[in-house]
Amino acid sequence: MIELRNVSKAYDGVNVVDDVSLIIEEGQITSFIGPNGAGKSTLLSIMSRLLKRDGGEVLIDGIPLEEWNSSDLAQRISILKQSNAINMRLTVRELVSFGRFPYSQGHLRSADWEAVEQALDYMKLTDLQDRYLHQLSGGQRQRAYIAMVIAQGTDYILLDEPLNNLDMQHAVEIMKTLRCLVRELGKTVVIVIHDINFASCYSDSIVVMDKGKIVSTGPPQSIIDQSVLNSIYNLDFHIEQVNNNRICVYY
Amino acid sequence: MRPNSDRTKLLVMTGLAALALILYIVVGLNSRNWQYALSLRVPKLIAIVLTGCAIAVSTVVFQTVTNNRILTPSIMGLDSLYLLIQSLALYVFGANSQIVVNPKLNFALAVVGMIGFAVLLYRLLFRREDHDLLFLLLVGVIMGTFFDSGSSFVQMVIDPNEFATLQNRMLASFNNVNTDILWIAGAVLAVVLVYTSRYTHILDVLALGREHAINLGIRYEAVVRRLLILVAIMVSVSTGLVGPIMFLGLLVANMAREILTAHYHKYLLIAACLISVLALTGGQFLAERVFNFATPISVVINLVGGLYFILLLLKESRA
Repeated sequence: MIELRNVSKAYDGVNVVDDVSLIIEEGQITSFIGPNGAGKSTLLSIMSRLLKRDGGEVLIDGIPLEEWNSSDLAQRISILKQSNAINMRLTVRELVSFGRFPYSQGHLRSADWEAVEQALDYMKLTDLQDRYLHQLSGGQRQRAYIAMVIAQGTDYILLDEPLNNLDMQHAVEIMKTLRCLVRELGKTVVIVIHDINFASCYSDSIVVMDKGKIVSTGPPQSIIDQSVLNSIYNLDFHIEQVNNNRICVYY
Repeated sequence: MRPNSDRTKLLVMTGLAALALILYIVVGLNSRNWQYALSLRVPKLIAIVLTGCAIAVSTVVFQTVTNNRILTPSIMGLDSLYLLIQSLALYVFGANSQIVVNPKLNFALAVVGMIGFAVLLYRLLFRREDHDLLFLLLVGVIMGTFFDSGSSFVQMVIDPNEFATLQNRMLASFNNVNTDILWIAGAVLAVVLVYTSRYTHILDVLALGREHAINLGIRYEAVVRRLLILVAIMVSVSTGLVGPIMFLGLLVANMAREILTAHYHKYLLIAACLISVLALTGGQFLAERVFNFATPISVVINLVGGLYFILLLLKESRA
Protein backbone atom coordinates (compact mmCIF):
# COMPACT_ATOMS: atom_id res chain seq x y z
CA MET A 1 0.00 0.00 0.00
CA ILE A 2 1.20 3.47 -0.84
CA GLU A 3 -0.05 6.08 1.54
CA LEU A 4 0.32 9.85 1.23
CA ARG A 5 -0.27 12.00 4.28
CA ASN A 6 -0.65 15.77 3.83
CA VAL A 7 1.99 15.90 1.12
CA SER A 8 2.82 19.31 -0.27
CA LYS A 9 5.37 20.82 -2.61
CA ALA A 10 5.82 24.44 -3.64
CA TYR A 11 7.88 26.13 -6.31
CA ASP A 12 8.62 29.79 -5.62
CA GLY A 13 5.75 30.03 -3.17
CA VAL A 14 3.21 28.43 -5.51
CA ASN A 15 1.77 25.18 -4.20
CA VAL A 16 2.09 22.60 -6.94
CA VAL A 17 0.94 19.84 -4.63
CA ASP A 18 -1.22 21.15 -1.84
CA ASP A 19 -1.83 19.05 1.27
CA VAL A 20 -2.63 15.81 -0.53
CA SER A 21 -3.64 12.69 1.40
CA LEU A 22 -4.35 9.51 -0.50
CA ILE A 23 -4.21 5.74 -0.24
CA ILE A 24 -3.36 3.73 -3.33
CA GLU A 25 -4.83 0.25 -3.19
CA GLU A 26 -2.84 -2.80 -4.18
CA GLY A 27 -3.57 -4.97 -7.20
CA GLN A 28 -5.22 -2.18 -9.16
CA ILE A 29 -4.56 0.30 -11.91
CA THR A 30 -4.90 3.77 -10.49
CA SER A 31 -4.96 6.63 -12.99
CA PHE A 32 -4.27 10.26 -12.22
CA ILE A 33 -6.12 12.66 -14.48
CA GLY A 34 -6.46 16.41 -14.54
CA PRO A 35 -5.41 19.47 -16.54
CA ASN A 36 -1.80 20.45 -17.15
CA GLY A 37 -0.16 21.80 -14.03
CA ALA A 38 -2.54 19.99 -11.72
CA GLY A 39 0.43 18.39 -9.92
CA LYS A 40 -0.06 14.81 -11.12
CA SER A 41 3.50 14.19 -12.31
CA THR A 42 4.94 16.03 -9.33
CA LEU A 43 2.97 13.81 -6.99
CA LEU A 44 4.18 10.69 -8.82
CA SER A 45 7.78 11.90 -8.55
CA ILE A 46 7.36 12.56 -4.82
CA MET A 47 5.90 9.08 -4.26
CA SER A 48 8.88 7.53 -5.97
CA ARG A 49 11.50 9.71 -4.19
CA LEU A 50 12.63 11.43 -7.43
CA LEU A 51 11.55 14.70 -5.92
CA LYS A 52 11.76 15.94 -2.36
CA ARG A 53 8.54 17.13 -0.81
CA ASP A 54 8.20 20.20 1.37
CA GLY A 55 5.86 18.64 3.87
CA GLY A 56 3.86 15.55 4.74
CA GLU A 57 4.71 11.89 4.66
CA VAL A 58 4.92 9.09 2.11
CA LEU A 59 4.59 5.54 3.39
CA ILE A 60 5.36 2.49 1.30
CA ASP A 61 4.09 -0.72 2.95
CA GLY A 62 3.66 1.35 6.10
CA ILE A 63 7.29 2.45 6.24
CA PRO A 64 8.23 6.12 5.63
CA LEU A 65 10.15 6.69 2.40
CA GLU A 66 13.24 7.97 4.23
CA GLU A 67 13.61 4.85 6.34
CA TRP A 68 13.87 2.56 3.34
CA ASN A 69 17.26 1.32 2.22
CA SER A 70 17.44 2.56 -1.35
CA SER A 71 18.25 -0.82 -2.89
CA ASP A 72 15.39 -2.48 -1.01
CA LEU A 73 13.03 0.26 -2.05
CA ALA A 74 14.10 -0.22 -5.68
CA GLN A 75 12.91 -3.81 -5.32
CA ARG A 76 9.46 -2.62 -4.17
CA ILE A 77 8.66 0.38 -6.33
CA SER A 78 9.73 1.51 -9.78
CA ILE A 79 9.07 4.67 -11.75
CA LEU A 80 9.28 5.48 -15.42
CA LYS A 81 9.15 9.15 -16.39
CA GLN A 82 7.99 10.40 -19.75
CA SER A 83 11.24 11.72 -21.17
CA ASN A 84 13.91 9.09 -21.41
CA ALA A 85 16.79 10.50 -23.42
CA ILE A 86 19.66 8.15 -22.71
CA ASN A 87 23.10 9.23 -23.86
CA MET A 88 24.54 5.76 -23.75
CA ARG A 89 24.76 3.37 -26.70
CA LEU A 90 22.63 0.44 -25.51
CA THR A 91 20.80 -2.53 -26.96
CA VAL A 92 17.30 -3.39 -25.80
CA ARG A 93 18.63 -6.39 -23.90
CA GLU A 94 21.27 -4.31 -22.14
CA LEU A 95 18.69 -1.71 -21.15
CA VAL A 96 16.35 -4.33 -19.77
CA SER A 97 19.20 -5.96 -17.83
CA PHE A 98 19.68 -2.67 -15.95
CA GLY A 99 16.33 -3.44 -14.32
CA ARG A 100 18.15 -6.10 -12.29
CA PHE A 101 20.61 -3.64 -10.78
CA PRO A 102 18.83 -3.41 -7.39
CA TYR A 103 19.31 -7.17 -6.98
CA SER A 104 22.68 -7.73 -8.59
CA GLN A 105 24.57 -4.41 -8.32
CA GLY A 106 25.73 -5.09 -11.86
CA HIS A 107 26.79 -8.71 -11.40
CA LEU A 108 23.87 -10.51 -12.98
CA ARG A 109 23.32 -14.12 -11.97
CA SER A 110 21.30 -16.68 -13.90
CA ALA A 111 18.12 -15.82 -12.00
CA ASP A 112 18.58 -12.21 -13.06
CA TRP A 113 19.02 -13.15 -16.72
CA GLU A 114 15.89 -15.28 -16.45
CA ALA A 115 13.96 -12.23 -15.27
CA VAL A 116 15.39 -10.26 -18.19
CA GLU A 117 14.27 -12.95 -20.67
CA GLN A 118 10.81 -13.01 -19.14
CA ALA A 119 10.48 -9.24 -19.33
CA LEU A 120 11.60 -9.21 -22.97
CA ASP A 121 9.13 -11.97 -23.70
CA TYR A 122 6.32 -10.22 -21.86
CA MET A 123 6.79 -7.06 -23.91
CA LYS A 124 7.28 -9.09 -27.14
CA LEU A 125 10.79 -7.73 -27.59
CA THR A 126 12.69 -10.99 -27.99
CA ASP A 127 13.17 -10.40 -31.73
CA LEU A 128 14.36 -6.84 -31.13
CA GLN A 129 16.63 -7.55 -28.17
CA ASP A 130 19.91 -6.89 -29.98
CA ARG A 131 18.77 -3.69 -31.67
CA TYR A 132 20.09 -0.38 -30.38
CA LEU A 133 17.65 1.93 -28.66
CA HIS A 134 18.18 4.73 -31.17
CA GLN A 135 17.22 2.36 -33.99
CA LEU A 136 13.76 1.74 -32.52
CA SER A 137 10.48 3.50 -33.18
CA GLY A 138 8.84 5.46 -30.38
CA GLY A 139 6.44 2.64 -29.57
CA GLN A 140 9.16 0.01 -29.49
CA ARG A 141 11.37 2.17 -27.30
CA GLN A 142 8.52 2.73 -24.84
CA ARG A 143 8.04 -1.04 -24.70
CA ALA A 144 11.75 -1.49 -24.01
CA TYR A 145 11.60 0.93 -21.06
CA ILE A 146 8.52 -0.80 -19.69
CA ALA A 147 10.35 -4.14 -20.06
CA MET A 148 13.16 -2.70 -17.95
CA VAL A 149 10.63 -1.80 -15.25
CA ILE A 150 9.10 -5.28 -15.46
CA ALA A 151 12.54 -6.86 -15.09
CA GLN A 152 12.93 -4.76 -11.97
CA GLY A 153 10.18 -6.97 -10.59
CA THR A 154 8.63 -4.45 -8.22
CA ASP A 155 5.10 -4.78 -6.90
CA TYR A 156 4.43 -1.08 -7.46
CA ILE A 157 4.94 0.30 -10.95
CA LEU A 158 4.58 4.05 -11.48
CA LEU A 159 4.38 5.36 -15.03
CA ASP A 160 4.28 9.01 -15.99
CA GLU A 161 2.30 9.41 -19.21
CA PRO A 162 3.24 6.04 -20.70
CA LEU A 163 1.13 6.73 -23.80
CA ASN A 164 2.89 9.94 -24.78
CA ASN A 165 3.67 10.07 -28.50
CA LEU A 166 2.17 6.67 -29.17
CA ASP A 167 -0.39 5.96 -31.89
CA MET A 168 -3.73 4.35 -30.99
CA GLN A 169 -2.61 0.81 -31.73
CA HIS A 170 0.48 1.05 -29.52
CA ALA A 171 -1.36 2.92 -26.81
CA VAL A 172 -3.97 0.19 -26.59
CA GLU A 173 -1.22 -2.43 -26.58
CA ILE A 174 0.53 -0.76 -23.64
CA MET A 175 -2.69 -0.40 -21.66
CA LYS A 176 -3.56 -4.06 -22.26
CA THR A 177 -0.11 -5.04 -21.04
CA LEU A 178 -0.63 -3.00 -17.89
CA ARG A 179 -3.93 -4.77 -17.30
CA CYS A 180 -2.13 -8.10 -17.71
CA LEU A 181 0.51 -7.03 -15.20
CA VAL A 182 -2.22 -6.40 -12.66
CA ARG A 183 -4.26 -9.48 -13.48
CA GLU A 184 -1.53 -12.06 -14.02
CA LEU A 185 1.31 -10.85 -11.84
CA GLY A 186 -0.68 -9.01 -9.19
CA LYS A 187 1.16 -5.72 -9.68
CA THR A 188 -0.05 -2.35 -8.53
CA VAL A 189 0.12 0.13 -11.41
CA VAL A 190 -0.13 3.89 -10.99
CA ILE A 191 -0.21 6.05 -14.10
CA VAL A 192 -0.54 9.67 -15.03
CA ILE A 193 -2.61 9.88 -18.17
CA HIS A 194 -4.16 12.60 -20.30
CA ASP A 195 -6.55 10.61 -22.42
CA ILE A 196 -9.67 10.39 -20.28
CA ASN A 197 -11.17 7.58 -22.32
CA PHE A 198 -8.13 5.39 -21.79
CA ALA A 199 -8.34 6.13 -18.08
CA SER A 200 -12.03 5.30 -18.09
CA CYS A 201 -11.68 1.98 -19.93
CA TYR A 202 -8.59 0.57 -18.26
CA SER A 203 -8.42 1.81 -14.66
CA ASP A 204 -9.86 0.35 -11.51
CA SER A 205 -9.64 3.67 -9.78
CA ILE A 206 -9.26 7.25 -10.96
CA VAL A 207 -7.84 10.18 -9.04
CA VAL A 208 -8.83 13.60 -10.35
CA MET A 209 -6.45 16.43 -9.54
CA ASP A 210 -6.72 20.14 -10.11
CA LYS A 211 -4.48 22.97 -8.88
CA GLY A 212 -2.45 20.69 -6.63
CA LYS A 213 -5.42 19.20 -4.83
CA ILE A 214 -7.36 16.01 -5.21
CA VAL A 215 -10.85 16.82 -6.49
CA SER A 216 -12.27 13.33 -6.24
CA THR A 217 -11.35 9.66 -6.32
CA GLY A 218 -13.29 6.56 -7.15
CA PRO A 219 -14.02 3.94 -9.78
CA PRO A 220 -14.51 5.12 -13.41
CA GLN A 221 -18.31 4.74 -13.14
CA SER A 222 -18.54 7.50 -10.57
CA ILE A 223 -15.63 9.69 -11.71
CA ILE A 224 -16.40 9.84 -15.43
CA ASP A 225 -19.27 12.14 -14.76
CA GLN A 226 -20.38 15.30 -16.46
CA SER A 227 -20.45 17.51 -13.40
CA VAL A 228 -16.99 16.39 -12.18
CA LEU A 229 -15.24 16.76 -15.52
CA ASN A 230 -16.97 19.93 -16.77
CA SER A 231 -15.72 21.95 -13.87
CA ILE A 232 -12.04 20.92 -13.93
CA TYR A 233 -11.51 20.96 -17.69
CA ASN A 234 -13.81 23.89 -18.54
CA LEU A 235 -15.26 21.90 -21.40
CA ASP A 236 -18.69 20.62 -22.27
CA PHE A 237 -18.61 16.87 -21.67
CA HIS A 238 -20.99 14.43 -23.21
CA ILE A 239 -20.75 10.93 -21.75
CA GLU A 240 -22.02 7.74 -23.38
CA GLN A 241 -22.10 4.18 -22.20
CA VAL A 242 -20.36 1.98 -24.83
CA ASN A 243 -19.76 -1.73 -24.13
CA ASN A 244 -19.97 -1.14 -20.39
CA ASN A 245 -17.37 1.62 -20.59
CA ARG A 246 -18.06 5.26 -20.06
CA ILE A 247 -16.78 7.22 -23.06
CA CYS A 248 -16.42 10.99 -23.07
CA VAL A 249 -17.02 13.18 -26.08
CA TYR A 250 -15.77 16.70 -25.55
CA TYR A 251 -14.41 17.75 -28.93
CA MET B 1 29.07 -11.06 -29.01
CA ARG B 2 29.76 -7.35 -28.69
CA PRO B 3 31.77 -7.52 -25.47
CA ASN B 4 34.07 -9.96 -27.24
CA SER B 5 34.90 -7.55 -30.03
CA ASP B 6 35.48 -4.91 -27.36
CA ARG B 7 37.79 -7.27 -25.54
CA THR B 8 39.83 -7.72 -28.72
CA LYS B 9 40.06 -3.97 -29.13
CA LEU B 10 41.22 -3.62 -25.54
CA LEU B 11 43.88 -6.27 -26.09
CA VAL B 12 45.15 -4.45 -29.18
CA MET B 13 45.24 -1.18 -27.25
CA THR B 14 47.07 -2.82 -24.36
CA GLY B 15 49.61 -4.18 -26.82
CA LEU B 16 50.12 -0.78 -28.43
CA ALA B 17 50.48 0.99 -25.09
CA ALA B 18 52.96 -1.63 -23.85
CA LEU B 19 54.93 -1.34 -27.08
CA ALA B 20 55.10 2.43 -26.74
CA LEU B 21 56.29 2.13 -23.12
CA ILE B 22 58.97 -0.40 -24.05
CA LEU B 23 60.15 1.64 -27.04
CA TYR B 24 60.36 4.72 -24.89
CA ILE B 25 62.50 2.88 -22.33
CA VAL B 26 64.71 0.94 -24.74
CA VAL B 27 65.40 3.15 -27.76
CA GLY B 28 68.87 4.70 -27.51
CA LEU B 29 70.08 2.57 -24.60
CA ASN B 30 73.61 1.18 -24.80
CA SER B 31 76.00 -0.57 -22.46
CA ARG B 32 77.52 2.67 -21.20
CA ASN B 33 74.51 4.95 -20.68
CA TRP B 34 71.82 2.52 -19.54
CA GLN B 35 72.04 3.19 -15.85
CA TYR B 36 71.85 6.93 -16.22
CA ALA B 37 69.21 6.83 -18.94
CA LEU B 38 66.99 4.48 -16.98
CA SER B 39 67.24 6.60 -13.86
CA LEU B 40 65.74 9.42 -15.92
CA ARG B 41 63.26 7.48 -17.98
CA VAL B 42 61.65 5.22 -15.41
CA PRO B 43 60.32 7.99 -13.12
CA LYS B 44 59.03 9.85 -16.17
CA LEU B 45 57.27 6.73 -17.31
CA ILE B 46 55.66 6.15 -13.92
CA ALA B 47 54.48 9.75 -13.96
CA ILE B 48 53.11 9.29 -17.47
CA VAL B 49 51.19 6.13 -16.62
CA LEU B 50 49.73 7.50 -13.38
CA THR B 51 48.76 10.95 -14.63
CA GLY B 52 47.60 9.49 -17.92
CA CYS B 53 45.21 7.16 -16.10
CA ALA B 54 44.11 9.83 -13.63
CA ILE B 55 43.28 12.27 -16.42
CA ALA B 56 41.44 9.62 -18.43
CA VAL B 57 39.45 8.28 -15.48
CA SER B 58 38.57 11.68 -14.07
CA THR B 59 37.31 12.88 -17.44
CA VAL B 60 35.22 9.78 -18.16
CA VAL B 61 33.69 9.91 -14.68
CA PHE B 62 33.02 13.65 -14.96
CA GLN B 63 31.38 13.25 -18.37
CA THR B 64 29.18 10.44 -17.11
CA VAL B 65 28.12 12.31 -13.99
CA THR B 66 27.32 15.49 -15.94
CA ASN B 67 25.88 13.48 -18.84
CA ASN B 68 27.88 15.54 -21.31
CA ARG B 69 30.52 14.33 -23.70
CA ILE B 70 32.27 17.60 -24.42
CA LEU B 71 33.10 18.59 -20.85
CA THR B 72 36.30 18.02 -18.93
CA PRO B 73 36.83 18.54 -15.22
CA SER B 74 38.86 21.63 -16.10
CA ILE B 75 35.50 23.40 -16.36
CA MET B 76 35.49 23.43 -12.56
CA GLY B 77 38.35 25.90 -12.76
CA LEU B 78 40.88 23.69 -10.99
CA ASP B 79 43.75 24.17 -13.43
CA SER B 80 43.08 27.90 -13.53
CA LEU B 81 43.36 27.87 -9.76
CA TYR B 82 46.66 26.00 -10.09
CA LEU B 83 48.06 28.80 -12.25
CA LEU B 84 46.76 31.43 -9.87
CA ILE B 85 48.37 29.69 -6.90
CA GLN B 86 51.69 29.50 -8.75
CA SER B 87 51.50 33.15 -9.86
CA LEU B 88 50.55 34.37 -6.41
CA ALA B 89 53.24 32.32 -4.68
CA LEU B 90 55.80 33.82 -7.01
CA TYR B 91 54.53 37.33 -6.57
CA VAL B 92 54.11 37.26 -2.83
CA PHE B 93 57.12 35.18 -1.80
CA GLY B 94 59.53 35.76 -4.71
CA ALA B 95 61.28 33.39 -7.10
CA ASN B 96 63.80 32.21 -4.52
CA SER B 97 61.38 31.46 -1.71
CA GLN B 98 60.95 27.93 -0.42
CA ILE B 99 57.37 27.80 -1.61
CA VAL B 100 58.45 28.30 -5.20
CA VAL B 101 61.74 26.44 -5.19
CA ASN B 102 61.03 23.48 -2.91
CA PRO B 103 59.07 21.06 -5.10
CA LYS B 104 57.45 19.24 -2.19
CA LEU B 105 56.21 22.39 -0.55
CA ASN B 106 55.02 23.80 -3.86
CA PHE B 107 53.18 20.58 -4.70
CA ALA B 108 51.55 20.42 -1.29
CA LEU B 109 50.41 24.02 -1.50
CA ALA B 110 48.94 23.61 -4.97
CA VAL B 111 47.20 20.32 -4.27
CA VAL B 112 45.77 21.37 -0.94
CA GLY B 113 44.59 24.62 -2.53
CA MET B 114 42.83 22.87 -5.39
CA ILE B 115 41.20 20.12 -3.35
CA GLY B 116 40.19 22.64 -0.71
CA PHE B 117 38.53 24.79 -3.34
CA ALA B 118 36.68 21.84 -4.86
CA VAL B 119 35.41 20.62 -1.49
CA LEU B 120 34.30 24.12 -0.56
CA LEU B 121 32.49 24.52 -3.88
CA TYR B 122 30.66 21.20 -3.49
CA ARG B 123 29.81 21.99 0.13
CA LEU B 124 28.25 25.29 -0.79
CA LEU B 125 26.28 23.90 -3.67
CA PHE B 126 25.13 20.61 -2.23
CA ARG B 127 23.80 22.37 0.82
CA ARG B 128 21.08 23.92 -1.31
CA GLU B 129 18.09 21.65 -1.33
CA ASP B 130 17.32 21.66 -5.04
CA HIS B 131 20.93 21.80 -6.10
CA ASP B 132 21.60 21.49 -9.77
CA LEU B 133 24.69 20.06 -11.40
CA LEU B 134 24.53 22.66 -14.17
CA PHE B 135 24.59 25.39 -11.58
CA LEU B 136 27.71 23.84 -10.09
CA LEU B 137 29.34 23.88 -13.53
CA LEU B 138 28.37 27.50 -14.12
CA VAL B 139 29.89 28.54 -10.81
CA GLY B 140 32.98 26.55 -11.79
CA VAL B 141 33.24 28.38 -15.12
CA ILE B 142 32.89 31.76 -13.45
CA MET B 143 35.44 30.93 -10.76
CA GLY B 144 37.78 29.60 -13.44
CA THR B 145 37.55 32.84 -15.39
CA PHE B 146 38.11 34.77 -12.19
CA PHE B 147 41.24 32.73 -11.41
CA ASP B 148 42.46 33.19 -14.99
CA SER B 149 42.04 36.97 -14.78
CA GLY B 150 43.71 36.94 -11.39
CA SER B 151 46.76 35.13 -12.67
CA SER B 152 47.00 37.32 -15.80
CA PHE B 153 46.96 40.33 -13.53
CA VAL B 154 49.71 38.92 -11.34
CA GLN B 155 51.72 38.00 -14.42
CA MET B 156 51.51 41.64 -15.58
CA VAL B 157 52.96 43.01 -12.39
CA ILE B 158 55.72 40.52 -11.62
CA ASP B 159 59.34 40.83 -12.61
CA PRO B 160 60.00 39.51 -16.17
CA ASN B 161 62.68 37.16 -14.84
CA GLU B 162 60.24 35.67 -12.38
CA PHE B 163 57.75 35.32 -15.19
CA ALA B 164 60.17 32.91 -16.89
CA THR B 165 59.97 30.64 -13.83
CA LEU B 166 56.22 30.82 -13.99
CA GLN B 167 56.10 29.99 -17.67
CA ASN B 168 57.64 26.62 -16.96
CA ARG B 169 54.81 25.86 -14.58
CA MET B 170 52.14 26.96 -17.06
CA LEU B 171 52.85 24.17 -19.51
CA ALA B 172 52.56 20.53 -18.61
CA SER B 173 55.83 18.68 -18.68
CA PHE B 174 57.17 15.31 -17.66
CA ASN B 175 60.79 16.41 -18.06
CA ASN B 176 61.41 17.62 -14.57
CA VAL B 177 59.22 15.34 -12.52
CA ASN B 178 60.57 15.36 -9.00
CA THR B 179 61.04 11.81 -7.71
CA ASP B 180 60.09 12.62 -4.12
CA ILE B 181 56.76 14.07 -5.22
CA LEU B 182 56.27 11.25 -7.65
CA TRP B 183 56.08 8.71 -4.83
CA ILE B 184 53.53 10.70 -2.85
CA ALA B 185 51.44 11.62 -5.88
CA GLY B 186 51.76 8.11 -7.27
CA ALA B 187 50.53 6.54 -4.07
CA VAL B 188 47.57 8.92 -3.84
CA LEU B 189 46.61 8.42 -7.49
CA ALA B 190 46.96 4.65 -7.28
CA VAL B 191 44.66 4.50 -4.24
CA VAL B 192 42.10 6.82 -5.84
CA LEU B 193 42.16 4.91 -9.12
CA VAL B 194 41.62 1.56 -7.42
CA TYR B 195 38.82 3.04 -5.32
CA THR B 196 37.15 4.54 -8.40
CA SER B 197 37.31 1.20 -10.20
CA ARG B 198 34.81 -0.13 -7.66
CA TYR B 199 32.26 2.27 -9.10
CA THR B 200 32.19 0.91 -12.67
CA HIS B 201 28.72 -0.62 -12.42
CA ILE B 202 27.32 2.39 -10.61
CA LEU B 203 28.73 4.63 -13.34
CA ASP B 204 26.89 2.54 -15.93
CA VAL B 205 23.64 3.23 -14.11
CA LEU B 206 24.46 6.93 -13.64
CA ALA B 207 24.90 7.15 -17.42
CA LEU B 208 21.18 6.39 -17.75
CA GLY B 209 20.43 9.71 -16.07
CA ARG B 210 19.40 10.86 -12.61
CA GLU B 211 15.85 9.53 -12.60
CA HIS B 212 16.74 6.04 -13.79
CA ALA B 213 19.63 5.92 -11.34
CA ILE B 214 17.39 6.77 -8.37
CA ASN B 215 14.76 4.35 -9.59
CA LEU B 216 17.38 1.60 -9.63
CA GLY B 217 18.23 2.27 -6.01
CA ILE B 218 21.34 4.45 -6.28
CA ARG B 219 21.74 7.07 -3.59
CA TYR B 220 22.27 9.63 -6.31
CA GLU B 221 23.28 12.74 -4.38
CA ALA B 222 25.75 10.94 -2.14
CA VAL B 223 27.31 8.95 -4.98
CA VAL B 224 27.67 11.95 -7.27
CA ARG B 225 29.27 14.00 -4.52
CA ARG B 226 31.75 11.24 -3.74
CA LEU B 227 32.64 10.78 -7.40
CA LEU B 228 33.14 14.51 -7.87
CA ILE B 229 35.50 14.59 -4.92
CA LEU B 230 37.48 11.69 -6.42
CA VAL B 231 37.63 13.63 -9.69
CA ALA B 232 38.88 16.71 -7.87
CA ILE B 233 41.63 14.70 -6.16
CA MET B 234 42.76 13.09 -9.40
CA VAL B 235 42.78 16.41 -11.27
CA SER B 236 44.56 18.26 -8.47
CA VAL B 237 47.27 15.67 -7.92
CA SER B 238 48.04 15.14 -11.59
CA THR B 239 48.03 18.87 -12.28
CA GLY B 240 50.30 19.42 -9.28
CA LEU B 241 52.64 16.75 -10.58
CA VAL B 242 53.01 17.72 -14.23
CA GLY B 243 51.06 20.92 -14.80
CA PRO B 244 47.75 21.67 -16.52
CA ILE B 245 47.00 18.93 -19.03
CA MET B 246 43.27 18.28 -18.70
CA PHE B 247 42.65 18.83 -22.38
CA LEU B 248 44.06 15.38 -23.00
CA GLY B 249 41.14 13.94 -21.05
CA LEU B 250 38.61 15.22 -23.56
CA LEU B 251 40.57 13.61 -26.34
CA VAL B 252 40.96 10.18 -24.77
CA ALA B 253 37.50 9.93 -23.21
CA ASN B 254 35.85 10.59 -26.54
CA MET B 255 38.19 8.35 -28.49
CA ALA B 256 37.42 5.54 -26.06
CA ARG B 257 33.70 6.08 -26.62
CA GLU B 258 34.21 6.13 -30.41
CA ILE B 259 36.31 2.98 -30.49
CA LEU B 260 34.30 0.72 -28.18
CA THR B 261 30.95 -0.67 -29.27
CA ALA B 262 29.46 -1.07 -25.81
CA HIS B 263 29.60 1.74 -23.31
CA TYR B 264 30.15 -0.18 -20.13
CA HIS B 265 32.50 1.72 -17.85
CA LYS B 266 34.42 -1.44 -17.08
CA TYR B 267 35.78 -1.24 -20.63
CA LEU B 268 35.45 2.49 -21.16
CA LEU B 269 37.74 3.39 -18.25
CA ILE B 270 40.43 0.91 -19.26
CA ALA B 271 40.30 1.99 -22.91
CA ALA B 272 40.57 5.67 -21.96
CA CYS B 273 43.56 4.92 -19.72
CA LEU B 274 45.32 2.95 -22.45
CA ILE B 275 44.77 5.64 -25.08
CA SER B 276 45.92 8.25 -22.62
CA VAL B 277 49.12 6.37 -21.78
CA LEU B 278 49.74 5.71 -25.48
CA ALA B 279 49.24 9.39 -26.37
CA LEU B 280 51.44 10.64 -23.54
CA THR B 281 54.25 8.18 -24.19
CA GLY B 282 54.14 8.87 -27.91
CA GLY B 283 53.96 12.61 -27.31
CA GLN B 284 56.83 12.49 -24.85
CA PHE B 285 58.87 10.41 -27.29
CA LEU B 286 58.29 12.99 -30.03
CA ALA B 287 58.97 15.92 -27.73
CA GLU B 288 62.19 14.38 -26.41
CA ARG B 289 63.79 12.52 -29.27
CA VAL B 290 62.37 14.24 -32.37
CA PHE B 291 62.03 17.84 -31.22
CA ASN B 292 64.97 17.50 -28.81
CA PHE B 293 63.09 18.97 -25.82
CA ALA B 294 62.37 22.14 -27.84
CA THR B 295 58.59 21.68 -27.74
CA PRO B 296 56.80 20.90 -24.49
CA ILE B 297 54.47 17.92 -24.72
CA SER B 298 51.43 20.00 -23.83
CA VAL B 299 51.86 22.01 -27.03
CA VAL B 300 51.67 18.82 -29.07
CA ILE B 301 48.66 17.62 -27.08
CA ASN B 302 46.82 20.92 -27.22
CA LEU B 303 47.30 21.08 -30.97
CA VAL B 304 46.01 17.56 -31.61
CA GLY B 305 43.32 17.91 -28.94
CA GLY B 306 42.13 21.21 -30.38
CA LEU B 307 41.74 19.76 -33.85
CA TYR B 308 39.89 16.76 -32.48
CA PHE B 309 37.60 18.98 -30.42
CA ILE B 310 36.63 21.00 -33.50
CA LEU B 311 35.89 17.80 -35.41
CA LEU B 312 33.78 16.57 -32.51
CA LEU B 313 31.75 19.78 -32.39
CA LEU B 314 31.16 19.67 -36.15
CA LYS B 315 30.04 16.07 -35.89
CA GLU B 316 27.72 16.70 -32.94
CA SER B 317 26.15 19.72 -34.65
CA ARG B 318 25.41 17.67 -37.75
CA ALA B 319 23.87 14.78 -35.83
